[in-house]
Amino acid sequence: MSINENIFVVIMASAIFYGTPLVFASLGEVLAERSGVLNLGVEGMMLLGAVAAAWVSTNVGGPAIVVLPLALVAAMIAAGLGASIHAFLTITLRVNQIISGLALTIFAGAAGLSSYLAGIWHLGKAPVMHQFLRLDVFGLADTPVVGPILFHQTLLTYLSWVLVIAASVYLFKTRMGLHVRAVGESPQTADSVGIPVARYRYAHVILGGSFAGIAGACFSLMIVPTWVDGMTAGQGWIALALVIFGFWRPDLMLVGAYLFGALSSLSLTLQARGFHISTAFLAALPYVMTIVVLVIASNASSRRQLGAPAALGKPYEREER
Amino acid sequence: MKRFRLRLEPRSDLPKWLPWAVPVGSFLVALLVGAIVLSTTGQNPFSVYARIVDRAFLSDGAFSGTLVSATPLLFTGLCAAVAFRVGFFNIGGEGQFVMGAIFGSGIALKLGADVPGVVAVASMVVFGAIGGGLWALIPGILKTRFRTNEIITSLMLNYVAAVIATYLIFDSQSFWRELTGSGVVFPKGKVLPTIAWWPKLDFGSVIVPFGFLLGMVIAGWLYVLQRKTRFGFEMRVVGGAPTTARYAGIKPNRVIIAVAALSGALAGIGGATDVGNFRHILDPKGLQQSGFGYAGIVVAALARLNPVAVVFVAILLGGITNAGYALRGPDFPSGLVGVLQGLILFCTLGGEVLARYRVKRSSPSDVIETALEPA
Repeated sequence: MSINENIFVVIMASAIFYGTPLVFASLGEVLAERSGVLNLGVEGMMLLGAVAAAWVSTNVGGPAIVVLPLALVAAMIAAGLGASIHAFLTITLRVNQIISGLALTIFAGAAGLSSYLAGIWHLGKAPVMHQFLRLDVFGLADTPVVGPILFHQTLLTYLSWVLVIAASVYLFKTRMGLHVRAVGESPQTADSVGIPVARYRYAHVILGGSFAGIAGACFSLMIVPTWVDGMTAGQGWIALALVIFGFWRPDLMLVGAYLFGALSSLSLTLQARGFHISTAFLAALPYVMTIVVLVIASNASSRRQLGAPAALGKPYEREER
Repeated sequence: MKRFRLRLEPRSDLPKWLPWAVPVGSFLVALLVGAIVLSTTGQNPFSVYARIVDRAFLSDGAFSGTLVSATPLLFTGLCAAVAFRVGFFNIGGEGQFVMGAIFGSGIALKLGADVPGVVAVASMVVFGAIGGGLWALIPGILKTRFRTNEIITSLMLNYVAAVIATYLIFDSQSFWRELTGSGVVFPKGKVLPTIAWWPKLDFGSVIVPFGFLLGMVIAGWLYVLQRKTRFGFEMRVVGGAPTTARYAGIKPNRVIIAVAALSGALAGIGGATDVGNFRHILDPKGLQQSGFGYAGIVVAALARLNPVAVVFVAILLGGITNAGYALRGPDFPSGLVGVLQGLILFCTLGGEVLARYRVKRSSPSDVIETALEPA
């Protein structure tokens, strides 16, 4: 048995595979939250992205190299449109962010628009035409240990790495990123120095939503790969927890996402190897872990040091200044 | 290009008709948007809506079915309504509902067929409340002790509860599982003894489940609790102004813990109702698919957290859900129920703002002018 069939290598490799949608979704959410807007609609936006991507991949003719990018763009637009409803309600109309986000998930989610569209488009009867396949990067896929883990993933995983770096640089090293954080920390101050608060919030909620769309596309074009009603199975909610888990920092969120990816693939891997372990225990583990981490994170000396935007969840009313 | 921006100005005068006109108007706008969605996707909105109204309220036995669909929504709606009132964003109604179903069915199976029906039903209500209440105490205690965000913890516990229910029926030889007959091959729950089946009251043209009546009574009690008692006053203060609460000698954490338990207990009774009145069996898959907890938040928001209004909103949304079940098939679009619920909620949320504020379009120069006006 080669080293690459070693159980730890297998688990690491599948952790990255299954963690990839979580990376996209939590990255999108952190953009919105850093600008001060909590969006609980991640699950719904992911499903919108998944259904749009599945439609393009099934119905648009052409080679995969054309269709797959189109499918991602469609996913981003669909989920971005969903996010813009939330943006309008919470930023312009200053509706409660929690209720508006939940409304978005109900509207777009498993028993909502995503399954409505899938029904009308007759999706889910067969696998999608084009999907993201595992690549053999630089021919290194068979390298011991690191091969399957790092060089035998799909393009989406590599895209997620690029975006994590880009988002980290953007948020912490650029002037615009500084403005985003200022808007999330203290919109009054940001406004007084001329940063357009509402415009920043709109842009980041919608951009964040489009990332959630890619996360959804990971399911319909990579993991499953077809349409199933409610196929994201609560991962959108996990993404919300991951943002807190990663202290609102993209690099730590990536680690968290793979941890969750490992946990959700663990039961499959272990059972395939003939280990007898309670599937219920493993199934509950990611959720219980999230709670434990949240308790630790929220009990640490100061939440502000951890990166929670001070104005998160609060609408900004200029008149109240 | 001249830039325009929307500005909200608080209304100084609220016309009497406005609080009524807004929900009705929002509802109509939601139907209109829904109609646009339907017609752009090749459906005839009039016939779809007509079929929904028919199957929800008008046709033979439709209203009885609507009450069945409304019952769980009534309980999860009350669950969200009381919790949100104190700013405890319990979105774990789903899990608390499931725990109520587990505890409620557990006690019914334990008591067996040898107790009077009243005892069986009453203990199911109590145990359902305990199950849901304990489950909601977890995020409640974590919030008050460690300031842990209750939205995420209560949400995560929904999945844990679903896993527990699945474990009891599919992954173990538990007390809840049918271990004889066909249950050996196809895992399923034990059927409750018929003595523990909750009554359905026949009023001739409409059959009212006992659970629905119970929910109505509880809704009335909650209304009185919130309006007329000291605890209700404390709830409103904590929800409105937590810092003021401290000055007034109210301990916000105690109120939040109590409300968390109460809120979970309400969802838990809903779960007990689900097994007692309808399924007569612990059915993890059925519970998971229904999403009553999340729909309950819609109900509470539409009812503006008013317990009595929850009853009516639950009937309305229960009607849509019931019609969705009844019409399920090739010529009725799946997912329409969620689309309509979401649209109604979006429109109501937006509509409420329009009721409280005037929306003005103004160019930036106007903003400066208003800023320069003497206050």
